[in-house]
Amino acid sequence: MTLTAPSPYRVDAAGYYGTFGGAYVPEMLYPNVEELRDNYLRIIEEPGFQREFTQLLTDYVGRPTPLFLAERLSAHIGTTIYLKREDLCHTGAHKINNTIGQILVAKRLGKRRIVAETGAGQHGVATATVCALMGLECIVYMGAVDIERQRPNVDRMRMLGAQVVPARSGSQTLKDATNEAMRHWISNPTDTHYIIGSVVGPHPYPDMVSRFQSVISAEIIRQLLHQTGRATPDFVLACVGGGSNAAGAFYHYLDEPSVRLIAAEAAGQGVDTGHSAATTALGKPGILHGASTILMQTEDGQVTEPYSISAGLDYPGIGPQHAQLFATGRAEFMSITDKAALDAAFQLSRLEGIIPALETAHALACLPLIGAKKDDVVVVCLSGRGDKDLATYTKHLEEYS
Amino acid sequence: MNRLTNLFQHKTADVLNVYFTAGFPQLNDTVPVLRALQEAGADLVEIGMPYSDPVADGETIQRSNQQALENGMTVGKLFEQLQDIRQQGITVPILLMGYLNPVVQFGVEKFCQHCQAVGIDGVILPDLPLEVYEREYRPLFAEYGLKVVFLVTPQTSAARVRQLDALADGFIYLVAAAGTTGAQTDMNADVDAYLSRTKELGLRNPTLVGFGISDAASFAAASRHTTGAIIGSAFIRLLQQTPAGERTAAIHDFVAGIRPVLA
Ligand SMILES: Cc1ncc(COP(=O)(O)O)c(C=O)c1O
Repeated sequence: MTLTAPSPYRVDAAGYYGTFGGAYVPEMLYPNVEELRDNYLRIIEEPGFQREFTQLLTDYVGRPTPLFLAERLSAHIGTTIYLKREDLCHTGAHKINNTIGQILVAKRLGKRRIVAETGAGQHGVATATVCALMGLECIVYMGAVDIERQRPNVDRMRMLGAQVVPARSGSQTLKDATNEAMRHWISNPTDTHYIIGSVVGPHPYPDMVSRFQSVISAEIIRQLLHQTGRATPDFVLACVGGGSNAAGAFYHYLDEPSVRLIAAEAAGQGVDTGHSAATTALGKPGILHGASTILMQTEDGQVTEPYSISAGLDYPGIGPQHAQLFATGRAEFMSITDKAALDAAFQLSRLEGIIPALETAHALACLPLIGAKKDDVVVVCLSGRGDKDLATYTKHLEEYS
Repeated sequence: MNRLTNLFQHKTADVLNVYFTAGFPQLNDTVPVLRALQEAGADLVEIGMPYSDPVADGETIQRSNQQALENGMTVGKLFEQLQDIRQQGITVPILLMGYLNPVVQFGVEKFCQHCQAVGIDGVILPDLPLEVYEREYRPLFAEYGLKVVFLVTPQTSAARVRQLDALADGFIYLVAAAGTTGAQTDMNADVDAYLSRTKELGLRNPTLVGFGISDAASFAAASRHTTGAIIGSAFIRLLQQTPAGERTAAIHDFVAGIRPVLA
């Protein structure tokens, strides 16, 4: 895929995707962000880095993850569905692709402590895991509400030796955990690296994280070619909280217009109910967590408290690259309710023997809505497994018995 | 002349800037608090426009922001409250401080127009990137007579301090130590070294030190190498703790207590 003109969907030299992106950070964070911006490409392009990154993804994470032809689900929906099994990554989600990459960057920058935010706890667990692996101190901020609904992951982080700090401001979910992690970084500017868990935050985070997650679509290309004789599917589906699994699944297809990119957002109880996290449906351009992007906000520019059954999608913004994909129409954004996500989770469990994460279930719920024909090849990024969501699923078991 | 510029022409030491959040503790307290601060002798007042996600602020100011938002404070409402303060004897220089998103949603040019109309002298927008300011907003702010303040921290390189100083025209806000507002900064040797190092750069703008300044001792230590200091969280705590009826007197005592020699 060689390109003559710069892609409108990739970051430009100034750190923007069209009008989105940039680094809207207070001066206290400027040196940290500048250090990262000036070094990340050099570091991740070093052969030694690439070797270590690839080796850890192989031997520790368990990559490549399989691309699985889901025959019963395909028959049920009436198209040809492949599942990219990120749920089989060590720690149970795609999040670890990014944390492996970032911890290697942090080490090369001489950092001794890691701070992170987490929603569902998957990114927190993936961060605590790589910190244990590398022997770095780990502090994870998590909304007090999320601590309650994602208990197993809190215990896993503690088992791994991380300190989990409840974020008690605002809605006490992912947005507030992110604020607290940023404040921690402000207070510890020289020895701490902030491992952001998605393609959000100031430049260069969105670009750096999407590069680490791009392994997802790099593998899809190889595996699809091997299994079907074609490298490009007709559709790629992924859920979007901040958008890192989607960014990775879309990465190598961004400039392939024949591939329809579908992003699933959490509609919560319904887009118009006031209890939703469907950012593109409800948001408008603004600034959140250091980036110009699309976010849910009041008329006065106050960030709205989102709602979703899924802690990992319970975020009022999306990464700046996704804002650009939305604004240009390159990706189609769909709003999926709690109920539709639950239906899809139970459906996958019973048809394929795979219990997906609640986040992932939002992507699966798009399958009947995209108008895929029988012979169309549809790849769903199965971003994570549902172990952490069992308490929620158990509450609904009766409805699906 | 711009009141801020005028202030620094006449006063080059021990300048006291007090921060408070608009619409706090009660929605309509903005102007009474402002008036009490002027009468108590504050040289400069910084009014915070509350925001839902103030990442550079510690707990005290976060809570005051949340309270102010719950009270119904907005950028538009603030301009209504400030509408004729300059006709009603408020002469103290005023800065508006706030995060960029509410200002962008209000409309940056409209914001500047309103600032000029009510008599605002300058702005502090901590998450406005320098290059975005230079490229998009600088001519606007100049057109409406708004002075701009930039922050500098102990981690800011000398080259960048010069860059910020070249673009600022209000003052340089020296953040005393790495941290959010309200952090306990003891004015130790490190802080002193940073402040005297900054002084030696010979900046064209006046410098005020903020973050963790709470009393006469920290004010005096901070002002040793600079034009003065900024008090925020300690003042917010005072507003929180003082019954409405005793507020004016408490503000008077607070300001007098910061600069006992001058009072
Ligand atoms: C399994 C899973 N999928 C998706 C997400 C959403 O994150 P992103 O949009 O960055 O992929 C999360 C976040 O916690 C997750 O745990």
